Amino acid sequence: MRTEIFLIIIGMTAVTFFTRFASAVLFRKAGIPASFERWMKHVPTGILTALIMPALLLPKGYLDVSIQNHYLLAGLVAIAATCFFRNAIVTMSLGLIVILSLRWLGI
Amino acid sequence: MENIEGNISCPRVRSDFWVGVRDSIALAVGVVPFGITCGVMALAAGLTGGETLLMSMAVFAGASQFIAITMLGAGINGWGLIVVTTLLVNLRHLLMGASLAPYIIRLPVSLQALLSFGMVDETYAITMERIRRKGYSASYQLGANTLFYSVWVVSTALGVLLSGYISDPLAWGLDFAMPAIFIAMLIPRLINPAALAVCVVAALVAVIGALYLPGKWYIIVACLAAAAVGGLMDEEAQHAN
Repeated sequence: MRTEIFLIIIGMTAVTFFTRFASAVLFRKAGIPASFERWMKHVPTGILTALIMPALLLPKGYLDVSIQNHYLLAGLVAIAATCFFRNAIVTMSLGLIVILSLRWLGI
Repeated sequence: MENIEGNISCPRVRSDFWVGVRDSIALAVGVVPFGITCGVMALAAGLTGGETLLMSMAVFAGASQFIAITMLGAGINGWGLIVVTTLLVNLRHLLMGASLAPYIIRLPVSLQALLSFGMVDETYAITMERIRRKGYSASYQLGANTLFYSVWVVSTALGVLLSGYISDPLAWGLDFAMPAIFIAMLIPRLINPAALAVCVVAALVAVIGALYLPGKWYIIVACLAAAAVGGLMDEEAQHAN
């Protein structure tokens, strides 16, 4: 193992762990204000949306709203599946079936 | 729920761990092609198998590993540049950590550190989903973290071993497992006007941000904008009552 690569990995490990642990350390020391919890309660919805939408609308890094965009089509199927079945495994299976079929059929 | 966490021999704690493992399997399927690609890319960029595995085991952060590997492959090997880029890409974890903080700050510090080490986008989402359904469980979170960590390390190793034998694993379509399951987690949350507004604002800002902002900044900006809108709407609703 080269020293320079080893040191880069150690540095990456340290800063990544910092970003994951710093909030817990800060709030353990300072306590959590009530108004803050009201804002934080929206973070999961915000994060989920921010992870989903670019994956569907910009799968290749540019905006693609067309039927050539398999991720968008499979995403619409996944949304419909969730509304009907309320089951994550069903949603994932139907979405994957759509995206794999589109790919194999070469559409 | 909180008072059993210190006692690992308690059967409820053990079973929560395995429920966390089980609930993570479907989402982890979507991580496999990324892990394999990480291994393949790292060897192509000139890293050794050992260096690649150490990076996945120690850093455990897909996006920043891809970026670091790409930089190393392009001959950019400045320590500061790669480490600062990693920090910026992972800043979104501060937000996730803040939203989990109310649940974990009562745990022993070593357990908090262990749980924080394993907090990635996917394990965060799975843990929040469990909180929404049944309430927080540290053992459950640890189970989800353990499964994702194992899958990430093993699939990176597969990429190292299979490098040269497989074509682009990201073209298989399995990467769709992530948005699909996140959709299944998101829709049940959209039960009131504030949640809907949060979703719409996050969607708009994330798409515009993904087009114009570097790295993963779109997640941070979208989430802050959306949480501000949601928080303000809740405040208004409170005043109206």
